[in-house]
Amino acid sequence: MLKYLAARLLTFVPTFVGVTLISFAFIRVLPGDPIIVMAGERGLTEERYAELSAQFGFDRPIHIQFWEYFTGVLQGDLGQSFVTKRPVWDEFFTLFPATLELSICAMIFAVVLGLPAGVIAAVNRGKFFDRALMSTALVGYSMPIFWWALLLIIVFSGNLQWTPVSGRIDLLYYFPNASGFMLYDALASGQSGAFKSAVRHLLLPTIVLGTIPLAVIARQTRSAMLEVLGEDYIRTARAKGLPPFRINGIHALRNALIPVITVIGLSVGTLLAGAILTETIFSWPGIGKWMVDSIFRRDYPVVQGGLLLIAVMVMVVNLTVDVLYGVINPKIRKR
Amino acid sequence: MTFKPKLASWAMALALCSTAASAQTLVYCSEGSPEGFDPALYTSGTTFDASSHPIYNRLTQFKVGTTEVIPGLAESWEVSEDGKTITFNLRKGVKFHNNDMFTPTRDFNAEDVIFSFDRQGNEDNPYYTVSGGTWEYFGGMSMPDLIESIEAPDEYTVVFNLTRPEAPMIANMAMDFASIVSKEYADAMLEAGTPEMVNQAPIGTGPFTFQAYQKDAVIRYLRNDDYWGDKAKAEALIFAITPDASVRYQKVQAGECHVTAYPNPADIQAMKDNPDIVVMEQEGLNVGYLAYNTLMAPYDNAKVRKALNMAIDKQAIIDVVFQGSGQIAKNPIPPTMWSYNDAVVDDPYDPEGARAMLEAEGVSDLKMKIWAMPVQRPYNPNARRMAELMQEDFAKIGVEVEIVSYEWGEYLSRSRALDRDGAVLLGWTGDNGDPDNFLAVLLGCDGLENSNRANWCHQPFEDLIQKAKVLGTQAERQPLYEEAQVIFKDQAPWATIAHSVVYMAMRPEVDGYIVHPLGGHIFDQVGLK
Repeated sequence: MLKYLAARLLTFVPTFVGVTLISFAFIRVLPGDPIIVMAGERGLTEERYAELSAQFGFDRPIHIQFWEYFTGVLQGDLGQSFVTKRPVWDEFFTLFPATLELSICAMIFAVVLGLPAGVIAAVNRGKFFDRALMSTALVGYSMPIFWWALLLIIVFSGNLQWTPVSGRIDLLYYFPNASGFMLYDALASGQSGAFKSAVRHLLLPTIVLGTIPLAVIARQTRSAMLEVLGEDYIRTARAKGLPPFRINGIHALRNALIPVITVIGLSVGTLLAGAILTETIFSWPGIGKWMVDSIFRRDYPVVQGGLLLIAVMVMVVNLTVDVLYGVINPKIRKR
Repeated sequence: MTFKPKLASWAMALALCSTAASAQTLVYCSEGSPEGFDPALYTSGTTFDASSHPIYNRLTQFKVGTTEVIPGLAESWEVSEDGKTITFNLRKGVKFHNNDMFTPTRDFNAEDVIFSFDRQGNEDNPYYTVSGGTWEYFGGMSMPDLIESIEAPDEYTVVFNLTRPEAPMIANMAMDFASIVSKEYADAMLEAGTPEMVNQAPIGTGPFTFQAYQKDAVIRYLRNDDYWGDKAKAEALIFAITPDASVRYQKVQAGECHVTAYPNPADIQAMKDNPDIVVMEQEGLNVGYLAYNTLMAPYDNAKVRKALNMAIDKQAIIDVVFQGSGQIAKNPIPPTMWSYNDAVVDDPYDPEGARAMLEAEGVSDLKMKIWAMPVQRPYNPNARRMAELMQEDFAKIGVEVEIVSYEWGEYLSRSRALDRDGAVLLGWTGDNGDPDNFLAVLLGCDGLENSNRANWCHQPFEDLIQKAKVLGTQAERQPLYEEAQVIFKDQAPWATIAHSVVYMAMRPEVDGYIVHPLGGHIFDQVGLK
């Protein structure tokens, strides 16, 4: 297992270098000069342009700019935002817990509902449950996030007033956001009602962000289960007279899980992409909105640093998924 | 890193917020996050709303709801005969805020004024490069060329020596970049090795003290009970950052915030019909225009430009592009600005007349480009749609239009070229309520290859605005600007399109909110019934 892990970790190095280069190049390939964007309609003189260019380091050859960026990254320095003038690293870690909290909740929501839905659909193949669940999943998958979020807000927050419209917690509560995870901080604050308020604020964003992964997981679980349910050992289990729960829930599901875990791993990317819209609508202070704002402002350090950190995160998740394969199916780690 | 105030302040804020008195906590759903809290470093209105208005004061200030300049931290001022020396007499007994890193030992004085400007223009000032200082507004308003020196003959007198007379200077001192920061705090932070705190944990003299900012989520302020002016009505002020306009609407409706800005034009009617929401409106201090390149034939001929202007159906643009939330512009300055010449008659919408005029000038089979901005601005919410409407209008007089667009940064830089092919859609939002800020910046000869997108340098116009710049009083300047607007209309370097209307939506219990023509959202005299 250790050897397997080491081999996987080694592939990290070239990927990391590649991602650093791509994230550096990506924002520079986009047309639009950050200094001109910053000056706006007002414009600026050529002398002032040159001065700012020197201040931001754009006057040096591109390979030197990259080398300085890359050595900075290796030392943990991602630079300073052109706009807020604060270190990219600080900004990322101020905002990331909010995205992570929301993504984890969305993923739990998707898995907790998606897995059983897929299993139920597979077991009842072709019957009413199967059709109903799979059509719902298709609708969920095709739904534009923006529209879905506004619809939920209008119905549950506007008309029924069951949930708050947006934000992470009621503004009445005021405590240090020490860990950045609102659920934990609200609980730790000891203020009565704070935790409940944080949960209520999480409900709609979780549903919105979790809807697409939920649909994908349900469909993937169904098809993987159908494949496994046709295997000989399942027939044997049935012939042995094992109860249906043991057959479907343990023998079949465990073997059907490999493709499902792959999908869950890949959903991390989807969650981050979905987070951009979800965070904007629910005024959720996470990294999705931060990245989009920075791209529009051509805030080079934030875009390249943010992309790099997100890429590293996705790499770590993929690594975890690979390790999980090994745990679920010992044959994989022996290959 | 979020600035974290003392626990005592948290407890206090909580006590404030959780008493029934949430009646005394005013919540504003703002449209975006501030870039920081030192207004001199930035140029966006969102940042000014969160920094210069609640936290700071300036030597002079705009009377809320007008562009009139009134005393601020300077009680009075005198301008010398030659207009090149301005002496400000400072207010005494003004206290700076404090936080857990700093408690002021002295009141506001001339040292703070000199420091506030020196750091923006003097490369040797240790704060010149702090927080990646680019001092855009200070540079943009030509302060480095204009200010020769600033002196303090005594603790409560500051003298600005200028390189030339500049009448708008008093109004410039009321602008956000001219906010007065505490030198004592800056020195303390420099010594502590954390100079960026001046931007992140601001200390000012304004009606509210900064409490905490959670990035992209919430900004909290408390009333400054030591404020030198009229104390704020609300005990606590909260900005709930809510980027989506539909969500802001829902939040006001649900009572999660009291006031919000920038509603969707499409929602305005529904808001007006809603008994739980009050909608206020005022013309914005801005103008959207189509600038011809007056250096290129046939647009170097004023009659051709005039003919094209007559072909544009502006009312259709107001209805379609602004969805009613705009008004037709006939002058290059908005009607809320002093010296607006209402006697000027706009070019009539007359396609037949326009066609005849073009023929009389020997222009036929004209093909032109219209540049459409890729971004939304208050003065132009949808430039592409506006360009399409103009394309249809011009087709009616036999002019074929090609619409072009570039990424915003490219658009801004390419549209400045003297040999630019085509007419450019752009606009302007006023900075200081002075006509010079529109007429000289956008149409003066100094703006060529920069903010003068029409490349129009017309001597009779230029003489008037240069003369008006150096005269002392508004009464002396007004007739010159009025005459300049007549020349502008006659020469038609632009087609003036629209001034937007600014809407604010709020709960009925909000008391005392005034829509400010300069665009800021100001809450110190806003309370809850």
